[in-house]
Amino acid sequence: MGTPATVRAWESHFTLYRTIWKSNMLGAFLQPLLYLVGMGLGVGALVDRGDNAENLLDGLTYFQFLAPGLLATTAMMVCTNEAMWPVMGGFKWMRGFHAQAASPLSPGEVAGGLALWHATKGLISVTGVAAVLALFAETRSFGLLLAVPFGALTGVAFAAPLTAWSATRESDNSFPAINRFIIMPLFLFGGAFYPISQLPNWMESIAKVTPLWHGVELCRGAVHGRLGVGEALVHIAVLVSLALVGWLAARITFARKLAA
Amino acid sequence: MPTDSNAPLITAEHLVKRFGDFVAVDGIDVEVPRGESFGFLGPNGAGKSSTMRMIGCVSPVTEGRLRIFGLDPATDGKQIRSRMGVVPQMDQLDEQLTVEDNMILYGRYFDIPRAECKRRAKELLEFVQLTDRAKSKIEPLSGGMKRRVTIARSLINEPELLLLDEPTTGLDPQARHVLWDRLYRLKQRGVTLVLTTHYMDEAEQLCDRLVVMDQGKIVAMGSPRELIEKHSPREVLELRYPAGTNDERASDLDGVGNRREVLPDRVLIYADDGEAALAEVHRRGSRPESALVRRSSLEDVFLRLTGRSLVD
Amino acid sequence: MITLAGLPLRIVPVQVMQATRPHRMLERQWMVNRAGGWMVLLSGFFEPLFYLLSIRVGFGALVGDVEDGGRLIPYAEFVAPALMAASAMNGALYESTMNVFFRLKYDKVYDAALATPLTSGDVALGEIGYATIRGALYSSAFLVTMWALGMTSSAWAIGMLPVAILISFAFSAIGMAATTYMRSWADFEYVPSIMLPMFLFSATFYPLSSYGDWQWVVQISPLYHGVAMTRSLNLGEWSWAFGGHLVVLVAMALFGVTLTAKRIERLLLP
Repeated sequence: MGTPATVRAWESHFTLYRTIWKSNMLGAFLQPLLYLVGMGLGVGALVDRGDNAENLLDGLTYFQFLAPGLLATTAMMVCTNEAMWPVMGGFKWMRGFHAQAASPLSPGEVAGGLALWHATKGLISVTGVAAVLALFAETRSFGLLLAVPFGALTGVAFAAPLTAWSATRESDNSFPAINRFIIMPLFLFGGAFYPISQLPNWMESIAKVTPLWHGVELCRGAVHGRLGVGEALVHIAVLVSLALVGWLAARITFARKLAA
Repeated sequence: MPTDSNAPLITAEHLVKRFGDFVAVDGIDVEVPRGESFGFLGPNGAGKSSTMRMIGCVSPVTEGRLRIFGLDPATDGKQIRSRMGVVPQMDQLDEQLTVEDNMILYGRYFDIPRAECKRRAKELLEFVQLTDRAKSKIEPLSGGMKRRVTIARSLINEPELLLLDEPTTGLDPQARHVLWDRLYRLKQRGVTLVLTTHYMDEAEQLCDRLVVMDQGKIVAMGSPRELIEKHSPREVLELRYPAGTNDERASDLDGVGNRREVLPDRVLIYADDGEAALAEVHRRGSRPESALVRRSSLEDVFLRLTGRSLVD
Repeated sequence: MITLAGLPLRIVPVQVMQATRPHRMLERQWMVNRAGGWMVLLSGFFEPLFYLLSIRVGFGALVGDVEDGGRLIPYAEFVAPALMAASAMNGALYESTMNVFFRLKYDKVYDAALATPLTSGDVALGEIGYATIRGALYSSAFLVTMWALGMTSSAWAIGMLPVAILISFAFSAIGMAATTYMRSWADFEYVPSIMLPMFLFSATFYPLSSYGDWQWVVQISPLYHGVAMTRSLNLGEWSWAFGGHLVVLVAMALFGVTLTAKRIERLLLP
């Protein structure tokens, strides 16, 4: 039995990654560690001595509150970047997608290979964060094993629709705006650094429909063993549908681009 | 500051360029008078580009003496560069700007007033027949168009001397002929052209005088005609034998013509009378698959001077 | 003081001293941005708004007041000037690393410029100058936003702007110098690993005193010296320590410009 086509398309991304994995892994491990020490421990010391903090954080220390959220934010950052410039590169600069499409691979399989790669990349970076979390007693739990796939799923929920959209762009001009107007606000207001209940009501309602918040809630609940089955299913359903819709859209936009 | 108009534009005496232990240019002597079209001919790695970069004042001279417009590149690089135009091997056009803006900006690098830059850009784009592309970005242009923009841009400061490093490498035949025509017109206007090439037809078309370089040294100098007369008999007989048998068959031909050269795909016989040489080949019972008599060209000189598989 | 004044003349190399038209590189940037890059630049003005709002509604409520230099300051006013310093650094570094690398290796903008009367010093100063302007623009936006949100504490806060420009200059210079050593895009993966610790551990989010015995590590970070100044100025405080902070940033800027000019000469004029 031969290798499935989608996996063959995935291999090209993985091969490229093998040439940069050292510097990439260093960042994937070091950055969450720095955030945890810098924000979790440092700012945490300021937060935890306050009187209302325990109330606001639902009985968690700030470190416990912040750490699991980093699983979801990291996946979001890594996967959205993978879904913008490298997609443009595959069509325009390195033309790797055209090369794949010139082989027996179909456009749908090219898109599938990329989606699979995004899941892989999300998994790699989330595992890095989880390894860092396991270093600290406050966040060392078997729930991490569950949080890793949740984190990766969050990443894919971002990457898939964004990939479909990136494939329709002719230049990378609009990518910085995505980072600025979507990713950065989500990072700051998506519930990773403080509870969204602190936001004004209208912002809180917006935050609740963003994929990042669902991802953060899943990861935080999993790490601290507080995840109800019902709410978990809702969060997962939201993320999975985003990923599915995105993937189907990407199959269409890839087919259009590669047929042209 | 400018020296008298009869003095040579470029004087190089025992010019040397070394990169660490590697000797790129190994003591060459060159003189280019004003108004001449001068070529550096040679295989890849012969030292042509290194020489051009020294003349362009973007690479310091290791040893020897170099004067351009009578000035020393080591101390007067800025003044020299302000009086010449450079067409580098790879187009270095600014992809973020339009064709016209590329030209205007380049003019600004020379401190030419903006309005004057605009006027010249318009004129030069007309000269290279790209007026309708003035507002276009660089990316969608063809290779030949980009080359023409680069040439137009290099003329924005109305240079006395134009350096062209492999101006037509990679272009299709039509694009090459358009470029040659434009360069010829520049020459007629009195611009001194210095170019490198490894195309013999280009050297024959464009150069009044040229040097053949090999391994950093000059191995011949003269006009294309002089070089052909000096280094090659009048005619060449090209013989093709079944693949892989050239060496074996060639030995049957001892004494035919003045000189013989065995290439991988054919055997060349240099002779004053090609037809007579062919008759002799047939008389000896040798039966090539094809035979062709032609006038000798610069390519023959080039292979003679830089080739490795010569049999005299 | 006389020897100090003469010092730059001896340590700044001839490449920089002979730079006569670095403004041509700025003119290039102006022509590039005229076409539409302004939108990208303008959108950068939203970043301070997002940061400052999240500090105010999020962290401010969690932390309350912070004790710094013997008095209590609302957390938002404590962090905001530090973030302004950090945004000057970020803006400058983004421009002087990734964008410069692209022009150096792919667009060959500098090769083309050096074939004209422009020199390596012109290229170095012009490009560092542009990155500085970019950082300064972000900082101005930051200051205006801070003021609009009522996070400035004194009129001296306006003094944060020149400090932010100096921070931009110092980081632009070092950033571009570092970029000349980059071999490929993969090398840029290391940049966040240097920037992030500086961002987090320059007394940005909590006072220097909370580092205990490790304060000297924080003081190694050049950003700390910028943060220390913006924070004091926001509160309307001056101190002799400013002299030391300024020396660190100015030295960094001089070193960066010098190294950049030398490296460009080595890379592009071999």
